[in-house]
Amino acid sequence: MTYIGKSVKRVEDRRFTTGKGQYTDDIKLPNMTYAYILRSPYAHAKINKIDTSAALAMDGVVAVFTGEDVKDVGGVPCGWQVNFKNGDVMKEPKHPLIAHERVLHVGDNVAMIVAESKSIARDAADLVDVDYEELDAAVDAFKAVADGAPQVHPEAPNNMAFDWELGNPKEEVAEALSNAAHITELSFVNQRLVANAMEPRSAIGDYDDAYGRHTLYTSSQNPHLTRLLLSAFVLGLPEHKVRVVAPDVGGGFGSKIFHYTEEALVVYFSHKIGRPIKWTAERSESFITDAHGRDHITKAKMGFDAEGNIVGFQVYTHANMGAYLSTFAPAVPTYLYGTLMQGLYTTPKINVDVTGVFTNTTVVDAYRGAGRPEATYMIERLMDLAALEMGKDPAELRMQNFIPPFDGVNQEGYATQVALQYDSGNYEGVLRKALDLAGYSEMRAQQAATSNGKLVGIGFSTYIEACGIAPSAVVGSLGARAGLFESAQVTVQPTGKVTVYTGSHSHGQGHETTFAQIVADKLGIGIDDVEIVHGDSDRVAFGMGTYGSRSLAVGGSAIVKSVEKVLEKGAKIAAHLLEASPDDLEFGAGKWTVKGSDKSVAFGDVSLTAYVPHNYPEGMEPGLDFSSFYDPANFTYPFGAYIAMVEIDKETGKVDLKRFVAIDDVGNVINPMIVDGQIHGGLAQGIGQALLEGAIYDENGQLINGSYMDYCMPRADDFPSFEIGRQHTPCPHNPLGVKGAGEAGCIGSTPAIVNAVIDALWKAGHQVKDIRMPLTPERVWKAMNN
Amino acid sequence: MSNEITISVNGKSETHTVEGRELLVDFLRERLSLTGTHVGCDTSSCGACTIHMNGQAVKSCSILAAQADGAEVTTIEGLASNGALHPLQEGFNEEHGLQCGFCTPGIIMTAADFLQNNSNPTEHEIREALEGNFCRCTGYHNIVKSIQYAAKKMNA
Repeated sequence: MTYIGKSVKRVEDRRFTTGKGQYTDDIKLPNMTYAYILRSPYAHAKINKIDTSAALAMDGVVAVFTGEDVKDVGGVPCGWQVNFKNGDVMKEPKHPLIAHERVLHVGDNVAMIVAESKSIARDAADLVDVDYEELDAAVDAFKAVADGAPQVHPEAPNNMAFDWELGNPKEEVAEALSNAAHITELSFVNQRLVANAMEPRSAIGDYDDAYGRHTLYTSSQNPHLTRLLLSAFVLGLPEHKVRVVAPDVGGGFGSKIFHYTEEALVVYFSHKIGRPIKWTAERSESFITDAHGRDHITKAKMGFDAEGNIVGFQVYTHANMGAYLSTFAPAVPTYLYGTLMQGLYTTPKINVDVTGVFTNTTVVDAYRGAGRPEATYMIERLMDLAALEMGKDPAELRMQNFIPPFDGVNQEGYATQVALQYDSGNYEGVLRKALDLAGYSEMRAQQAATSNGKLVGIGFSTYIEACGIAPSAVVGSLGARAGLFESAQVTVQPTGKVTVYTGSHSHGQGHETTFAQIVADKLGIGIDDVEIVHGDSDRVAFGMGTYGSRSLAVGGSAIVKSVEKVLEKGAKIAAHLLEASPDDLEFGAGKWTVKGSDKSVAFGDVSLTAYVPHNYPEGMEPGLDFSSFYDPANFTYPFGAYIAMVEIDKETGKVDLKRFVAIDDVGNVINPMIVDGQIHGGLAQGIGQALLEGAIYDENGQLINGSYMDYCMPRADDFPSFEIGRQHTPCPHNPLGVKGAGEAGCIGSTPAIVNAVIDALWKAGHQVKDIRMPLTPERVWKAMNN
Repeated sequence: MSNEITISVNGKSETHTVEGRELLVDFLRERLSLTGTHVGCDTSSCGACTIHMNGQAVKSCSILAAQADGAEVTTIEGLASNGALHPLQEGFNEEHGLQCGFCTPGIIMTAADFLQNNSNPTEHEIREALEGNFCRCTGYHNIVKSIQYAAKKMNA
């Protein structure tokens, strides 16, 4: 292998380091107009009247649109159906493109002003006169289901979107817990987070009257899915007349998976006014309109026998959905959460019970990890807390409860109590490596010896996640309204250069490099001879996009399928040229050779022959160009072990992260440098949740920290350099043996940090079970001093 | 209120009539189509818009174009000289200091100014120097390494 397994430098970097990247807001079309969206300042209100006349009269204003103008088109749809326990379909109220008669969260669209410049549009918005009648707001998911709470949607009594459970019957879990020698209980909040991709969302709609075609440029993780939803569900446009382009996209982390109202609005109204319309969010708009993440209120109980083996696990969660159901929202606290309750352990009885709740807040959907960080946070917090309560070492408690190693080939996959079949795993392996890398016993000695006004704590987290999303039939049976396969076209040009069209969108993950490494190696050509194309529905026939750590496991596998078809046809052409049987040929180093001879023909000669088919196999079609769709057989299951060491200032309560040790097993690795980068970024986001971040709503539904002056974004000096390593347990069911690395760091890191702080406090005699995240100095100080 | 201003941008003199409220970042992006300078926030917190004005790193979202009248401005597009990448541009590629690339121009411009004043920084000094720049992708780990790479190269 020339490229696979090597840290090949990224081919995409040059355009970004020289300022030549092209993000949506960088695009300027002839005759373009600019939109500003007037948004609700109230969490819940009736709109009695909107007067747009003064805004319309302003110089440079092209049009002003309100809910009245879109009341007959569709709302943005939800792509995943979860049923109530009694079998009823979840409540799914319409999410209109612009609010009509009532607004349901701060930031809800009220009017769109289109003008000759951004500043005119913004000025004109001040002249739109809206008569609101403010109503009480439902904010907290737990309080919102109580009788008498303000109702977000009349069709959803008690604000319930759905209720749901998974696992063993509750009675069986209760019985197991009643026989337990020790029970660890924890009630906690997994706080709401804001994804904060550095590029604010942006969308440009452009209608071409000559061809009757709509183009949408948008900062999206999945342009094809946006095209499908926009065409089929929202605007009723013919899909073949809609082009969606996601050019360079400045980060997503989940928040750019979803189809947003602004995308449909610029498409719809650019047709109406006959000019392109660009809308770009200001950061304060991003805070109140990008889908948020997490926001669970949970009560959990884990039981152990006298030896410390887990015997039962019961979980109750209220998950805040926000004001509407965003694209994948119902899946996050159910099939991406409840299914992870097995963790890495042999727990025999598990039940998880979830209530999805509407509130007058910004929608909540997938954010890096999506459901799996929430599951991991709970399980891993319980494990460290149980170890403290039972006087056991947290690493040993895990070791004794781990599912034994299995490779998924010689040993079967592990069937969990919560609907999944883990593919392959060696959980003891990653923990042992982490203990070695950390120098665990010295770390404990250092903890005991520290006495300079600081408390030192050590926290663990061993995680598993289900990613490589996902087998279509399986997710279909669980409520997905889409398939979750991926497509790839591999076009070999006559000169032997290769263009790959992938449905996996890259917005930082480095697909243009990693995918090229695979293709170059498999075809025995140089990496410079491969170009990866993504993000444009006119160039890439179909795609399901990038999320759920799926690009390499699913998108990469689709590329491998197409490459294999190229090689199969190429072998037939080569055999014809060599006057041999294809069975007698072997392919390597970019040429087909007759086995046991020096007769060979190069890849470039075969590709040229395919397009100049003069001396050619009879009956064979010309060309060397194949498309494939790959639908995975199972999810993939990366896992890992993390150890955090923190120092707490006794005077101030400030937590200082001293060391973070991470061993991840993401299966085979194509580009170690890029995987390291994915882990680093995930760790930072997970640590950010533990120590710094959290969206705060007041009781009126106002997001009171909706700016970078108020929401604590992680900065460079909040972290040490990370100490990371890997184990490689191949995925047994995809051709690359890869599992996915995008979310791992974010899933595993949060509980390790909180566990480390709790450990420090216990060692100092404060037997605190929980501190609410983020662990601000004030909260930690109070925990030490109460 | 409009003003005629002249700014030297990447060595080229640019004379335009601007509104009094026009921000330097909008001047660069909208009038000159220098879209390598990005807007990531509205509170001058994120640093994506960092450029050099008269040799110092500044956030171009917190300066009016009119205030830059007569100034010499360098943007990310003007950092490479005679086709040779700046050591930081090279370092970010060598050490995988970027993922989505959105914050990258601002971080490189901040770091270029920093290294002019501290040619042999410690890791801690680098992390402190980056306080005004957000990156959501990298966890800053490889950004630090990229800046260390450039420092070493510039000292060689």
